[in-house]
Amino acid sequence: MAKKEVVTPERMKKLDACLAANKNRQGGLMPVLNESQKIFGCIPVEVQKIISKELNIPMAEIYGVITFYHQFSIEPKGDYIISVCMGTACYVKDAQKLVDEVTAEIGIGPSETTPDYKFTLMATRCVGACGLAPVVIVNNREKGDDVYGRLTVKGGEMKDIISKY
Amino acid sequence: MTALEKLNNTKQITMKNLELRLGKQAGDNKRHVLICEGTGCLSADAAKIEGIFADEVKKNNLADSVEIVRTGCFGYCQVGPIVIIYPEGSFYSRVKLEDIPKIVQEHLLGGAPVKDLLLPEAVNADGSITPFNDVPFYKIQKRVALRLCGLVNPENITEYIAFDGYQALNKVLGMKREDVIKEIKDSGLRGRGGGGFSTGMKWEFCFKTENAQKYVVCNADEGDPGAFMDRSILEGDPHSIIEAMAIAGYAIGANKGFVYVRAEYPIAVNRLQLAIDQAKDFGLLGEKIFDTDFAFDLEIRLGAGAFVCGEETALLNSIEGKRGMPNPRPPFPAVKGLWGKPTIINNVETFANIPQIILNGAAWLNAMGTEKSNGTKVFALGGKVENAGLIEVPMGTTIRDIVYEIGGGIPNGKEFKAVQIGGPSGGCLTKDQLDAPIDYDSLLELGAMMGSGGLVVMDEDNCMVDIARFFLEFTVDESCGKCPPCRVGTKRMLETLIRITEGKGEMEDLERLEVLANNIKASSLCGLGQTAPNPVLSTLRYFRDEYIAHVKDKKCPAGACTELLEFFIEDSCKGCTLCKKACPVDAIIGERKELHVIDQEKCVKCGACIPKCPFKSIVKK
Repeated sequence: MAKKEVVTPERMKKLDACLAANKNRQGGLMPVLNESQKIFGCIPVEVQKIISKELNIPMAEIYGVITFYHQFSIEPKGDYIISVCMGTACYVKDAQKLVDEVTAEIGIGPSETTPDYKFTLMATRCVGACGLAPVVIVNNREKGDDVYGRLTVKGGEMKDIISKY
Repeated sequence: MTALEKLNNTKQITMKNLELRLGKQAGDNKRHVLICEGTGCLSADAAKIEGIFADEVKKNNLADSVEIVRTGCFGYCQVGPIVIIYPEGSFYSRVKLEDIPKIVQEHLLGGAPVKDLLLPEAVNADGSITPFNDVPFYKIQKRVALRLCGLVNPENITEYIAFDGYQALNKVLGMKREDVIKEIKDSGLRGRGGGGFSTGMKWEFCFKTENAQKYVVCNADEGDPGAFMDRSILEGDPHSIIEAMAIAGYAIGANKGFVYVRAEYPIAVNRLQLAIDQAKDFGLLGEKIFDTDFAFDLEIRLGAGAFVCGEETALLNSIEGKRGMPNPRPPFPAVKGLWGKPTIINNVETFANIPQIILNGAAWLNAMGTEKSNGTKVFALGGKVENAGLIEVPMGTTIRDIVYEIGGGIPNGKEFKAVQIGGPSGGCLTKDQLDAPIDYDSLLELGAMMGSGGLVVMDEDNCMVDIARFFLEFTVDESCGKCPPCRVGTKRMLETLIRITEGKGEMEDLERLEVLANNIKASSLCGLGQTAPNPVLSTLRYFRDEYIAHVKDKKCPAGACTELLEFFIEDSCKGCTLCKKACPVDAIIGERKELHVIDQEKCVKCGACIPKCPFKSIVKK
């Protein structure tokens, strides 16, 4: 599997700025991790090492925090993250079938990434757009979110959505 | 000029401009175009709608008479994207981009609302128009926490000030701290985040704990699936939360507050940050507020996707930068909270009530709702109802009124089956409880709970065992792992439920589930574990037949549990072979142009064949 480039000099610069801003802040670890996840799309071990040194927090503790929260990941995700909302309102309107359709289409299950790092599938927590249930969001870090709501779940919809990317 | 004079000046000037939104004709052909830009409508192109309106207004030289206003959620999400035009209160629903030039030409230029683009219920038989807050969806609602959502521009502090904003803060700064707390206590306000603990009592405990440093925390870690009221308040009326937190800070003697928000709510976070900055610029946060010695500062902290962080001690740990795991209580946060200092934690909706209680008095809130549950409650109504959205009703309103009067009943002529209240901590109620009043205590009695107010309606196609499994899967995933009853117990319950939905259950499993559930409830460390078994217990109580059907007959009456269904091809099959090609296990037999048959031995029930069939001949039974 091709390795995705995660740590670039430009991104490291952003991390430095973020560390400087949060170094002496009470409870600064969470904001730093949130920001790192945004900058790199994940929090790889080499970034964790820098955070550990700068904030003077043991690696073990940082690893503990990262693995505790769903939004943090150590491995890089795909360019397009397909999030199928699995909140109750979407679930009772057959969101599970949308997840299955993506799996059938591109061969990855929830929380998995395609080998070319193009797509990651997430069965996500309630996005709070229950009036549009069932909802699917396709996110790209540069282009932002594309939201698909009021899906009919009659089959073929996810294929059409995926083919747009 | 004193700070209060500055505030009142702004109020007066702004109100003059806003009067036409209150149904008062402003004359001069002035109009306000309010565009809902809550998350729901923004997901349906509301930002583009604003852009096109702006272009059209410019093109037609209407800039002097028309104001385009970005607002928070109107609540009627089902018919979004929504645009309301004042002074008429014309309710444009499901607005399409291509409709906008027509609205601008006929309504803004011509002065006549475009009737065929309005919400159908808003146009009467005689051709007259019902203003937006009088359509059936809003009729029995009572908006307190959502008072300004959809009425003001949340990104403009002066509009909040026009509607009495920050007057309550000014008022309390002239009161004794004890009197502020007494007012809140007397109002009977109970925590809207789920527990229903008296807000005034919480404040009093913290007030009585002596410490030079105290904190106010707002819990906006809204994790319940199907609930989005806290987000909508932050998006639609962020200043009410800022004002309330400052009031709380004064009452208990804290000079610092934190708002802990889910990172999944970027719009809410941006609007709140903007509101905090504006309040600081206006002198309503920071040092010497209203020329007194009171100082208060506010900071946003983001969560990172952990449901358990909605539990107060877990939330505090998360703010401190740790794993968000709960601590045993006591000590309660009011005594020993954030960084060991006395802290009060209130939910967003609770805070949204505070300024109005201060301005209108305790008796005002007391007059609404039931004896022990005062005021109103916001619910996120969703699932199988005609009108999904965000609603606010007086406590004590019946489930029937909510589902049928506001929700408009069940779509597609289906039968109402159950309503799930309170998310993963709550329970399912049936049509026998439709007339039960919704308040904290009656819901607990029925085996559900208020929770944060998610209200998901289900019809005959939803399997209650499957729903119980769905919630258990959620809690197993979100259990923090600190205490064994929750970590291990919920996992065992889930395994049992999966067995049942796969047709491998035994009758003894039902009893085992109940015993285990009660043990988990009694022995878990925090609210997550203590309430996690509720979805299972309530469905076992009201839908036991359905469990028995799964166990004894190996059938799913609702037709939802795939493992218990068999796939069949009906006679309408034309033999196109598309399904045969789609089948991953070669279970479909049949020659071209001949009726196909599914080999039940081979079929893995993946469902891949169903969408492929152009004749809809494949059915599950």
